[in-house]
Amino acid sequence: MKRLFKGNEAVAEAAIAAGCRCFFGYPITPQNEIPEYMSWRMSEVGGHFVQAESEVSAINMVYGAAGAGARAMTSSSSPGISLKQEGISYIAGAEVPCVIVNMMRAGPGLGGIQPAQSDYFQATKGGGHGDYRMLVYAPSSVQEAADLTYKAFFRADYYRNPVMILGDGMLGQMVEPAEIPPAADVSALPQKKWAACGNNGGVQRVINSIFMAPDTLEEHNAALTRKYEEMARSDVMSESYMTDDAEVVLVAYGIVARICKAAVDILRAEGVKAGLFRPITLFPFPYREIATLADGAAERFISVELSCGQMIEDVKLALYESGKRPQCGIYARTGGNVMRPEDVAEHVRSGRINKSWIK
Amino acid sequence: MKSIIVSGFGGQGVLSLGLMLSYAAMKEGLNTSFLPSYGPEMRGGTANCSVVISDSEVASPVISRPDILIAFNRPSLARFLPDVADGGAVFIDACMRDGDNGAYKMIAVPADELCAGNRKGKNIVMLGAVLPYTGLPLWRAEEAVREVFKDKPEYIDANIACLYAGNEFAGRGYGS
Amino acid sequence: MDKIVFRKPPLLTDAPMHYCPGCTHGIVHRLIAEALDELGEFENVIGVAPVGCAVFAYNYFKCDMFQAAHGRAPAVATGIKRARPDSTVFVYQGDGDLASIGMAEIVHAAARGENMTVVFINNGIYGMTGGQMAPTTLEGQKTTTSQSGRSAKEHGNPIKVCEMLSALTGPAYIARVSVHDVKAVKTARAALVRGFAMQKAERGFSLIEILSTCPTNFGMTPQQALCWVRDHGTAAYPLGVYKDIGLPGEGRE
Repeated sequence: MKRLFKGNEAVAEAAIAAGCRCFFGYPITPQNEIPEYMSWRMSEVGGHFVQAESEVSAINMVYGAAGAGARAMTSSSSPGISLKQEGISYIAGAEVPCVIVNMMRAGPGLGGIQPAQSDYFQATKGGGHGDYRMLVYAPSSVQEAADLTYKAFFRADYYRNPVMILGDGMLGQMVEPAEIPPAADVSALPQKKWAACGNNGGVQRVINSIFMAPDTLEEHNAALTRKYEEMARSDVMSESYMTDDAEVVLVAYGIVARICKAAVDILRAEGVKAGLFRPITLFPFPYREIATLADGAAERFISVELSCGQMIEDVKLALYESGKRPQCGIYARTGGNVMRPEDVAEHVRSGRINKSWIK
Repeated sequence: MKSIIVSGFGGQGVLSLGLMLSYAAMKEGLNTSFLPSYGPEMRGGTANCSVVISDSEVASPVISRPDILIAFNRPSLARFLPDVADGGAVFIDACMRDGDNGAYKMIAVPADELCAGNRKGKNIVMLGAVLPYTGLPLWRAEEAVREVFKDKPEYIDANIACLYAGNEFAGRGYGS
Repeated sequence: MDKIVFRKPPLLTDAPMHYCPGCTHGIVHRLIAEALDELGEFENVIGVAPVGCAVFAYNYFKCDMFQAAHGRAPAVATGIKRARPDSTVFVYQGDGDLASIGMAEIVHAAARGENMTVVFINNGIYGMTGGQMAPTTLEGQKTTTSQSGRSAKEHGNPIKVCEMLSALTGPAYIARVSVHDVKAVKTARAALVRGFAMQKAERGFSLIEILSTCPTNFGMTPQQALCWVRDHGTAAYPLGVYKDIGLPGEGRE
């Protein structure tokens, strides 16, 4: 049955449903409802909640709990996610599955607390040191936040890789009806034979990201890359709205995609052939799907972002795969400002192809 | 589709009024989104929320042109009045009435009087008054009030009285 | 009939240790293994190795091991202990790891009273990176980043970890021992046994600080290094039990 959920709370409850029994967090706006919810909910379900001394510690607690075989999660917002990057790099290097939630706010530095998408590069291109990627889900509704958080734990286990839920302050704070997926039977999940959980029966398991011999580390990097390549083959998710005959395609993710959908409705009512393409996974990015649109009717692509030109780089990479060379521009707001559907519609009507987000 | 902005000082029940609208809409089987302002505005300054109620999927939770504005103070009225859609309705607390209605249908609700001393229930008076403009039935709103106060049952009756008082005021043609 | 009077503790592997000649890491590894063996803890032990010379500790212990980021071992162990409360968890950290970059982690793990045992190697110097000043470097001690000797005015004062942590409510057992001679080694072993016993009895956080040597970076022979710890180390860092809330049955509960 559907209930009204705040985005942050839906993420927390969906994690519980997916069998997450260890949560480690630290307060930061606008994601505080996640640790607040977990603090009482974990004790109800026999799990563990620790308010860590810092984001650095929280991600390392995740490393410990997940490395010992538990489904573990942490959440934060942009400045806190920066602090977690060291731990995320170790987790990726040691191939420990976990889920990390980033309800983005505007930066750089302390920035502000209003919604933004300015951690796109950080989330999709690595973030910490070394060559690694996370599977990155970008939900655009409270229901999808719940569904993708649930799914994230299973994909994390499958790949032994961190998975990021990349939302923003608006998604975290907004309330919508949502239904949490049915609780997974945690005891029925496959045993994690690699986990350093004690009782090893004489076979030592080591959770580790140090490989001092260059050849060994290169082979480790190759194994990681094969994993990321499998993600690119198997895990791409996207949604198209009115793109079949669209001459102008808005590319947007998360909450911005909702705003763009409303803009498409406004434009369609005026007879403008506009459509929306929404990446749901940001890594792997739906390059092929965008190239296919470019091979079709689409002549203009507009990356609509709450960042100063981040996702547009991937949109351009996607267009490079197309036989045609459609135009590609950006429409963005930042600093915690959010565009209105009318603003996006007006930009499309203007026919402009902006190379810079600054008007 | 109805888009509603509720705005006022923090503590005037602005967000809970919005949540009750969303709750009633969900129970009615409609799609809905509730988007609160957050951050420093919660303390002292103005708080506002955007509620969308729709029989199809809610596209943008961000409202640019509200069909209904409910303003509990003058700064909120000044901020959101210019955005109200043509033919939209503006609900204000009667104690802040200006006289200048402009192009909008301005409805002054004497919430002080109708709340019958339950001053914390003024937002629920407003909920009762705004219902006919949302298409939501009274009994769904009553369900929402009961839901919001389920952990404080001693407040339910007084607040439902506020809901009915506001709704009856609407039934009397808003005192006009 | 032959009688075994000395054997390798079952928790240690046969791998030759990579530590420098005279380094006391080897002694401490063995003492940890002996202490766990004495308590019958072998099957369900999880260790956390630090960044520093002991980064490869997982090669020498047979139990499940984590390699933690610099300073973060107590946070990693917190996660392990929450996921596997029944396991016996030990954390192995050096002075740079624990008292410099990882100060927040160790203080908060101690304050929470996390039911884990921390083995803190204090040799007053960064070993792996080549002899730089540590938070526990003594006043006047020369290192590659305090070349005319540590001065309190210029470099700050040494940090006394046991004294500091024993002021917290969370810890169950805090002791400072040394391994500079046979008598000290025996005391160190007993302290480790008591630390692990605290964990087994779910009494909470235990930390055993072990004054150690780094002959290579001290620029001394192993013998000189041990004498230096005896004469200067124990003077700056007095040995003893700083906190002990008692084990069940000792009448101190």
